[in-house]
Amino acid sequence: MLHTLLRSTGERPGIFSGGIEPEMSKITAGAPISTSLIAPVYIVPIKQHIGEACTPIVSIGEQVFRGQKIARSQGYVSVPVHAPTSGRVIKIEEHAIPHPSGMGLPSIFIEPDGNDTFDQSLEPITNYRERDPAELRERIRVCGIAGLGGAVFPTFIKLLKDQRNPIETVILNGIECEPYLTTDHRLMLEKPEAIVAGIDIIMHMVGAKKAIIAIEDNKIDAAETMRDLLESQPELEHIEVRLLPTRYPQGSEKQLIQVLTGREIPAGKLPMHIGVLCQNVGTTRAIFDAVMRGRSLTERIVTVSGDAVPRPGVMRTRLGTPMRFVFAQHGLEDFENVHLLHGGPMMGERMKSPDVPVVKSTNGLLAMHSKTMMKAHRVEQPCIRCGHCGVACPVNLVPNLLADQCRNEQFEKAESYNLFDCIECGACSYVCPSNIPLVHYFRYGKGQMSQISRAKGFADASKERSEAREVRIEREKAERAAKRRKVRTEHMPKPAEEKSEDAADSKDTES
Amino acid sequence: MIINLSSPHIHGGDSVRMTMISVILALTPAAIVSVYLFGWLAFLLITLCMVTCVATEFISLRLMGRPATPVGDGSAALTGLLLALTLPAYIPWWMVVLGSVIAIVLGKQLYGGLGYNLFNPALAARVILLISFPLNMTAWIVPMQVAAPVIDLYNFSDCFNLFLYGPESIARTLDAITMASPLGHIKTEWSQGIGVTEALRNYDYSYLNAFLGREAGSIGETSALALLIGGIYLLARHTISWHIPFTYLATVLVLAAIFNMIDPAHYAPPLFHLLAGGLILCAFFMATDPVSSPVTSTGRIVFGVGCGILTWSIRTYGGYPEGAMFAVILMNCAVPLIDHYCRPRVYGH
Repeated sequence: MLHTLLRSTGERPGIFSGGIEPEMSKITAGAPISTSLIAPVYIVPIKQHIGEACTPIVSIGEQVFRGQKIARSQGYVSVPVHAPTSGRVIKIEEHAIPHPSGMGLPSIFIEPDGNDTFDQSLEPITNYRERDPAELRERIRVCGIAGLGGAVFPTFIKLLKDQRNPIETVILNGIECEPYLTTDHRLMLEKPEAIVAGIDIIMHMVGAKKAIIAIEDNKIDAAETMRDLLESQPELEHIEVRLLPTRYPQGSEKQLIQVLTGREIPAGKLPMHIGVLCQNVGTTRAIFDAVMRGRSLTERIVTVSGDAVPRPGVMRTRLGTPMRFVFAQHGLEDFENVHLLHGGPMMGERMKSPDVPVVKSTNGLLAMHSKTMMKAHRVEQPCIRCGHCGVACPVNLVPNLLADQCRNEQFEKAESYNLFDCIECGACSYVCPSNIPLVHYFRYGKGQMSQISRAKGFADASKERSEAREVRIEREKAERAAKRRKVRTEHMPKPAEEKSEDAADSKDTES
Repeated sequence: MIINLSSPHIHGGDSVRMTMISVILALTPAAIVSVYLFGWLAFLLITLCMVTCVATEFISLRLMGRPATPVGDGSAALTGLLLALTLPAYIPWWMVVLGSVIAIVLGKQLYGGLGYNLFNPALAARVILLISFPLNMTAWIVPMQVAAPVIDLYNFSDCFNLFLYGPESIARTLDAITMASPLGHIKTEWSQGIGVTEALRNYDYSYLNAFLGREAGSIGETSALALLIGGIYLLARHTISWHIPFTYLATVLVLAAIFNMIDPAHYAPPLFHLLAGGLILCAFFMATDPVSSPVTSTGRIVFGVGCGILTWSIRTYGGYPEGAMFAVILMNCAVPLIDHYCRPRVYGH
C-alpha cells in the first residue's frame, strides 16, 4: 500500500517521476538557421541508422546527383543512403564516424561539382490524403529517413497501420530537453507549416484521430508559433499544442508519453501497444520533404554550440559534411584543449577528433572547454548513499545499488534490479555528489550481461545439439539392430554381411 | 587520471564535501546554543572531539597506506561535532578522546572508510561510551550555572581545570554539579512508584525550557529550537529528505499520544517525548546519516517508523532512560534488508 501511495505521484498526467533541472545554456535559441557552404568533400558512411549497413551501388569516378541513392539498404531494419550534393565519387574506403572509440565504417567520398543538381526521379506526392499509406511508407523508406532526434531508428517501420495496435495519438516531440541544443526549437519557429503538414501525413498514414505537439516552457515562442498556425487552419483542430514545464529528461519517449497520457509503456512493449506514436520534429519535417517535395534525406539541422565555439549557431548542414568544416564556419579552428561532443552534454558522445562527418544522428555539435566538461570527471569517491540518484531516476531504479552490483560483477542480480530498464539519461551521474559515473557502470553491466546470455545461449544450443545427436545415434543403432534381427529371421545370416554392418555401425558412432 | 568518455559530460556540482559542510553548518546553531548553555565546557568538548576525529582519520589512513585526501571531505569533522553534541557537558577528557577514536576507527575505518560503515560512527561511539561509563555518561551538568557555590561555566580556568583534572580539582563532587535529565528523572521516579505527572511536577519541568534548551542533557540535544533551525535548513537544501525525520517524530508522537491517553500516570505525554533527550537530534542528524540509512523513499519511511517504535519502547520499557540512539543503531542493522525489499516500482513494470 505504501508503494501505491508513493508511486501515485508518478502516474498523474503532467508528471514523470524523478528528473533534473540542469543549466540549459540554450545560447543559440535566438539564432536563425544558417546554411552551410558546400564543403570541399563529402564523406558519406554507408550506415547512419540503427540496423543493417547498406551496400554501395556507385563506382569510383561516377557522377552522382543530390538525393541520388548511393547505397542500397540491406534487410528490413535499414534505410538507403543518398548523395548530399551533385559531384563525382572519388573513393570508397573506411573513414572514422562520430563514435567515442574513433571507429570507422566504409564511406563514400564525393567531390562536389558546385552545381548542386537535384536527382529528379522522385515525384512530389501533394495529394497524400488520397494515397495508400503503404505507398507513402515506401516513399519514406526510399528517402532514407531515420529518427533525427539521435536514435536514428528507421522511421518507416514505426509508420505502420497495424490493425492489432491502432494508433490513436501522434505525439510530436518538440521537447528538446538536452542542454545547449536548439535544433528542434529553431525548426519549429522557422518551418511550422512543414512540420504541421508532416504531422498530418503521419496521422493519415497511421489513421490517428488526434495529435499533440509537446513543447517545454523554455520555448514559449515556438509554442505560440505553432498555436498561431493551427488557429489559422481550422481543419487542423485535432492537433493540439501542449506546453510542459521544463524538466530533463522529458524528451525521452517513455517519459513524454507518461506526461501526456498518464500511461506507462509496459516493460518490453512499444508506444504503439498503448496506441501512441512519437515523432521527432526534424524527422517530421523530413517526412514532409520526402512526400510533398520528393526529396531524400540529404541534410539536417545541427546546433553548433558550446563555450569553446566563438560564434555558436544553428546550421542547415548536408549529411557527410566534415565536422571540422562545420566548426570552421562558426569560428572554431583550433581544437587544442577543446572537447568535442556529438549530441547534447547529457547523452551525447565524446569525439576523438573533428575529422568525422555529420550523419543522420548529428542533432548537435558541441565544443567545450575543459572547465565545463571536467566537472563530470572529477575523481570518483565512495558512494555515501545519499539517494539523490534514485530521486533523479525517471524510471525509478536505485542507481547506487545497481552500480555496486555492476562493479562487483553481480550481473544477474543487477538484471533482477531492472538494469535493462535504464534509459541512460545520465540524471543519476549528474546529481551524484561522489562523481560516480553511474551510467558508465550500467553500460558496462548491460554489455557484460548480453555477452553472458549470448555465451549461455551458445552453450545451451551446443548441449541440445549433443543430446539430440546421442538420441539419434541410439535410435539408429536400435533401428539397425531391429533390421539385423529381421534379416536374420528371414534369411540365414552370412558372416561377411554381418561384418560390414558392424563396420558401418562403428563408423557412424565416430562421426 | 582516467578520463571517463561516457556521458553525461556535465555535472550538477554537488560534492561530498559540500554535503558534509552543509550538515556542519546546520549543526552550528545547536553548537552555539550549547556553548551559551554550558559555557567553556561545551567549547572544549566540541573542539577536542573534532580535532581528535580529524587526527584519527588522518593517522588511520596513513597507517593503512592510503592517500590522506579523504580527510578533506569533512566527514571526520562532522563525526566529531555530532559526537560532541551527544555527550554530557562534563566527562573526563580521555573519555572524549577514546570516544572520538572509537568513532573513527571502529565506527568507520575498519568498515572501509566513508560510505561503507554499517552504523552511524558518532552514535556507535556514543553507545559504546554509555555502556562502558554509565556513571559519567548520565551525569548532566546543570546548564547556565554562574553561581559560585557550584561552578561558573563561563569562567575559562574553572572549566579547563574541571575538564582536564576532574571535579576534585575544583573541590566539587560530580553529584554536586550535575543532575538527572527529565527522562532519567521520570524513569527513577516510576521505579519508586511515582507517576509521570507528579514526577514532572517535582522536577519543575517546563515545556518552554525544554524547547529552548534550558534543561539537563547532552550539550547539543537540549535545544529543540536550534536543532529545528538546522533541520529545516537541511530539508530546504535537499541534503536530507523529509521521510526519516517526519516519520520518526510522527511515530513517537502517535505512540506517546495513544498510550498517554490510556494511562497518563505511566506514559509520558507526546510533547514531553518530542522535546526530551536526543530525539530531535537523532531524527534530523543521526537517523538521516545517508551512509547508514536506506536509500529509497519507501525504505526511509520504514526506517523512520522503526526508529520511532524502538525509541518510544526503549524509553518506556527499557533499562535506559533514553532510547533514541539505540533505536537508530538497531535500525542501521536492518538497512540492507530494507533496501532490498523497499525498492520503488520500476517504470512499466
